[in-house]
Amino acid sequence: MSAAGTVAAPHGHDPYKLGSGRGEGGGHGGGPHDEATGHGEGGPASPRVIVGYGFWIFLLSDIIMFSAFFAAYAVLAPNTAGGPSGRELFELDRVAIETGLLLLSSFTCGLANVAADARNKLWTEVGLLATGLLGAGFLLLELQEFAGMIEQGAGPDRSAFLSAFFALVGCHGLHVFAGLLWLGTMMAQVWVKGWQPHIVRRLLCFNLFWHALDIVWVALFTIVYLIGSGA
Amino acid sequence: MLGKLTWDAVPWDQPIPLVAAGVVGLILLGVIGWIVVKGYLPYLWREWITSVDHKRIGVMYTLLGLVMLLRGFVDAIMMRSQQALAYQAAGYLPPEHYNQVFSAHGVIMIFFGAMPVIIGLMNFVVPLQLGIRDVAFPTLNSVSFWLTASGALLVNISLVVGEFARTGWLPYPPLSEVSYSPGVGPDYYVWALQISGIGTLMSGINLVTTILKMRAPGMGYFRMPMFCWTALTSNLLIVAAFPILTATLAMLTLDRYLGFHFFTNEAGGNMMMFENLIWAWGHPEVYILLLPALGIFSEIISCFSGKPLFGYRSMVLATLWICLNGFMTWLHHFFTMGAGPGVNTAFGISTALISVATGVKVFNYIFTMYGGTIRYTTPMLWAVGFIVAFVIGGMTGVLLAVPPADWQLHNSLFLVAHFHNVIIGSTVFGAFAGLTFWFPKAFGFKLDETWGKRAFWFTFGGLWATFLPLYMAGLLGMTRRMQQYDVPEWRPWVLAAGVGTIVIFIGVACQVIQLVVSIRNRHALRDETGDPWDGRSLEWSTTSPPPAFNFAIMPNVKDEEPYWTIKQKAIESQNLADEPDYKPVHMPRNSPTGFICAFFSTITGFALIWLIWWMVIAGLVAAFATFVVFAWWDKREYEIPAEEVRRLDRERRAARQVWLRDKAASLEEPA
Amino acid sequence: MNSGPQRRLASIVLLAAPLAACSGGPLDPHGPIAEQQRLLIFNALAVMLAIVIPTILVAVGFAWWFREGNPRAKRRPDFVYSGRVEIVMWAIPLLTVIFLSGLIWTGTYNLDPYKRLVSDRPTTEVQVVALDWKWLFIYPEQRIASVNELVVPAGAPVHFDMTSASVMNTFSIPQLGGMIYVMNGMVTQINLQANHPGEFYGRSAHFSGDGFSNMRFTTRAVTEDDFARWVEGVRGGEQVLDRAAYEELMKQSIPERPFTFRDVDPHLFHAVTTQRIPPAPGPSEGRGGPGIQERAQK
Repeated sequence: MSAAGTVAAPHGHDPYKLGSGRGEGGGHGGGPHDEATGHGEGGPASPRVIVGYGFWIFLLSDIIMFSAFFAAYAVLAPNTAGGPSGRELFELDRVAIETGLLLLSSFTCGLANVAADARNKLWTEVGLLATGLLGAGFLLLELQEFAGMIEQGAGPDRSAFLSAFFALVGCHGLHVFAGLLWLGTMMAQVWVKGWQPHIVRRLLCFNLFWHALDIVWVALFTIVYLIGSGA
Repeated sequence: MLGKLTWDAVPWDQPIPLVAAGVVGLILLGVIGWIVVKGYLPYLWREWITSVDHKRIGVMYTLLGLVMLLRGFVDAIMMRSQQALAYQAAGYLPPEHYNQVFSAHGVIMIFFGAMPVIIGLMNFVVPLQLGIRDVAFPTLNSVSFWLTASGALLVNISLVVGEFARTGWLPYPPLSEVSYSPGVGPDYYVWALQISGIGTLMSGINLVTTILKMRAPGMGYFRMPMFCWTALTSNLLIVAAFPILTATLAMLTLDRYLGFHFFTNEAGGNMMMFENLIWAWGHPEVYILLLPALGIFSEIISCFSGKPLFGYRSMVLATLWICLNGFMTWLHHFFTMGAGPGVNTAFGISTALISVATGVKVFNYIFTMYGGTIRYTTPMLWAVGFIVAFVIGGMTGVLLAVPPADWQLHNSLFLVAHFHNVIIGSTVFGAFAGLTFWFPKAFGFKLDETWGKRAFWFTFGGLWATFLPLYMAGLLGMTRRMQQYDVPEWRPWVLAAGVGTIVIFIGVACQVIQLVVSIRNRHALRDETGDPWDGRSLEWSTTSPPPAFNFAIMPNVKDEEPYWTIKQKAIESQNLADEPDYKPVHMPRNSPTGFICAFFSTITGFALIWLIWWMVIAGLVAAFATFVVFAWWDKREYEIPAEEVRRLDRERRAARQVWLRDKAASLEEPA
Repeated sequence: MNSGPQRRLASIVLLAAPLAACSGGPLDPHGPIAEQQRLLIFNALAVMLAIVIPTILVAVGFAWWFREGNPRAKRRPDFVYSGRVEIVMWAIPLLTVIFLSGLIWTGTYNLDPYKRLVSDRPTTEVQVVALDWKWLFIYPEQRIASVNELVVPAGAPVHFDMTSASVMNTFSIPQLGGMIYVMNGMVTQINLQANHPGEFYGRSAHFSGDGFSNMRFTTRAVTEDDFARWVEGVRGGEQVLDRAAYEELMKQSIPERPFTFRDVDPHLFHAVTTQRIPPAPGPSEGRGGPGIQERAQK
């Protein structure tokens, strides 16, 4: 997460400085290195590209981690050890609301980004706040679901299936929680610091993160809940 | 208040760890005391601990790795001596201690010895070779390093507070589950590796981004030095494999802490899944360690043969082949699990296929030497030694990839000999070769050649003296990890391996002496030119040690060996290029973020191991606070004025001018 | 039970050293499987040595010949690419690997441990349970069992069904060939045969905890008559392996010498593999400190 904020931004007059200061949005091939001959690129990319790219790589690695949990779930799903199966446990209504909340939060997160692009502080904050509230609602419903399951003796120590379920869904929940912490920090930063380039880049990374969580949830919803309650 | 932690956690009745820890503690205290008394602490804090300079971080990584290699080597000596004594006898290490020793040996050597040295070299060299000023995320780089150090610290704390895992270097469940390992050993293992694993992952992300997005102008992919290619593939493997390790260890942690059933015997857990997952990380890990070493040898063999690398594109292809293929072979670590012959055949063949790429690499090395003018410096000796060791170790590896052979040799000392042969022969040789090669770049003086060569010959001889007997013992059926045995046929081989360890020990001693001797003779060994080896890639174009900003002017790359071309041009024209127009340079400011993060993660990790929950919460809250505080920090850069850049670069140019004159003189002489 | 659970790990067992007096590894096979495995090891090695030895010679030779001080060496600093050389250097390892793949393919199918051995003599069934830290061999047809001593008729196939009472182990008799993991709640199999009467070293080849080094057994291949006599002798013994005896046996211990059971609950193995008998307990207490010492001596 600190990936978002390590490379510095201000535009200087050093054309060769780290991630040459071609400003936001600069990519390969432009800028002062056009004279570079040969088939190489024109030197280091802009901070925005570097930060975004690095964060993408982080997201990919995170998705690989999720895929390990998904694989474990796929292996262990049949091993209910005499305990309840997904069919008995999953309440699709609740999960549908959760999904709705999370997808909506992605939408508001996107709106916040649009507002940020227009450098509109108020609407950015409103969008982020909505995202946070929706995310918190999602988390609350998930915790409620977990608590309900544990109450009826279907906790993670009941069977390997439930272990894998709690770990996979919980891992996603933990990511949402971390996202909320980040989001709070982000809102405060936008409010206090305004549109400094590194703040804008962090906002971009947060957007990427939040949408990635959505993608993971869609997979989770399909593989765990839909298939699980149908089987 | 202190969870499970009581006074009894310290093994008061076991003299070996107590004395060892006491000695280490005294040395540490001595060093810290010396630093404080001499008033070096502010310097250390300012210039090293909080440094975000990739060169400094690279040096610290390497130093950590070297210290841990020594630590792991002590474990190795203990194991070899225990087995030498334990023929129909108890030896001096009881099983519960011996088992910790071999587990710690593997963990320390791989995670805290080999990895930091390799990552340190990549950190130091890659930005210099790419012609840039730092890595993509300098502060993150510092965080990565300190998290690795935090993990290493936790493993070493386990020596005296509690115990380390008694499960082998990979904690196979169900042995590592709470029911069969109720102690804190596996907990030390998982938390130390989680913390350092996050560091490694972030370092991987950092270097991938650096290599893919931050090369000097004109440096296309096919102009990158070979070491950058291997660093790229190695870090891609880190990014793709380490999350699997994180997930797997998280599952084991959940099993141990919260009664989950991922790998347990009970309630439908599946221990075979652990083996699959851990090796889905573990086999790429082998190539994470191997690939950069191959890159180092490419640089060294080309440099000291006075030739560009032979078949550059083949080398790139072979590197990518290993990177991809390395992900498809994990099952060969458990041919003995009872999978069907179809599965075993597929993985046997996919494993053998890797040797196509490694074979191509070896042939390319050989043809790089062909027609060259080979200078036998220490790095080149390591390189030739590597070719021999790597070919033999690779061959035994392919033998183990033949499933029916593996059914006999799996988990035997033959396997142990194989992977030591390969890891020492490639990664460790590569690390030492790279250290000798780039040491003058980092510190401005060369290492002593005589002691370096002695170190090579003893290590090379010791490698065979230790591991050829272990190959033999394995062929005679001796299993690994035996605390004692009673088969007379094995004994001579075990004793021979013990003697071999002594030879390696002499080699290690030579390395230490080499360092001491070199530091004492540093004035005689000084390299003024920045190019002590007549190098070919960009790192040799700047001073030794390089300035904080590496290059006064970012190089403009026009071919595969930019520095060699510049050099030849200078020699031909008897002149350096015209003095450029200097601009101020912006560099990232130092930051204590990494150190503070590591401090809190050590505390949190320790608290998690001993179930000190208030401390866990305090640690996590502090970690978040650190995050917020440093996210709030705006002044991330400072400016080095153009005059300063000009001054430093003029010094460099003056030294180069002298070199050019001498060079011209030496060229004229024979004529 | 003539030995009772022993918890002294290091010293005691050494006194029982003759347990595994016989050794011999994969290089000294005494069964058809091990013989073929050795042949395969030698074949694969020969194939690889055929290129490895020349490679090393060429590498060292070039490295020496092109040394700086050799005036006779022809320097070719521009020799950096040659299509012909490249083709050869890709082709050599590729062809070797293709050839090896043939060996891997046929070898893996032929020597599949699950494949029943063809013989005109009847197959002996043995059920193996890996316990902390000893081996239990159940002979379902004879309804007897032995601990740390495996007796089989020589010259006839033996089929093993294997499981573990606790942690993972690997069942291995190198001179007869192969090894396969044993795991709790699962059955794995292996088929072996001894050519002739003799004593062979058997072991666990997968680390299984503090008593791992002592987890070895003697395999005695005997003539058919001797086998029958041995079975009779065991039947004349005293101990019976029922569930209670098994639960005592599965506690962590290292027996001083092999012992036998004259009668075995026929459903025992099945009960272990289906976990109707729960997995064996581990050490009786946790440890933050050096408590293992006292525990080991209890």
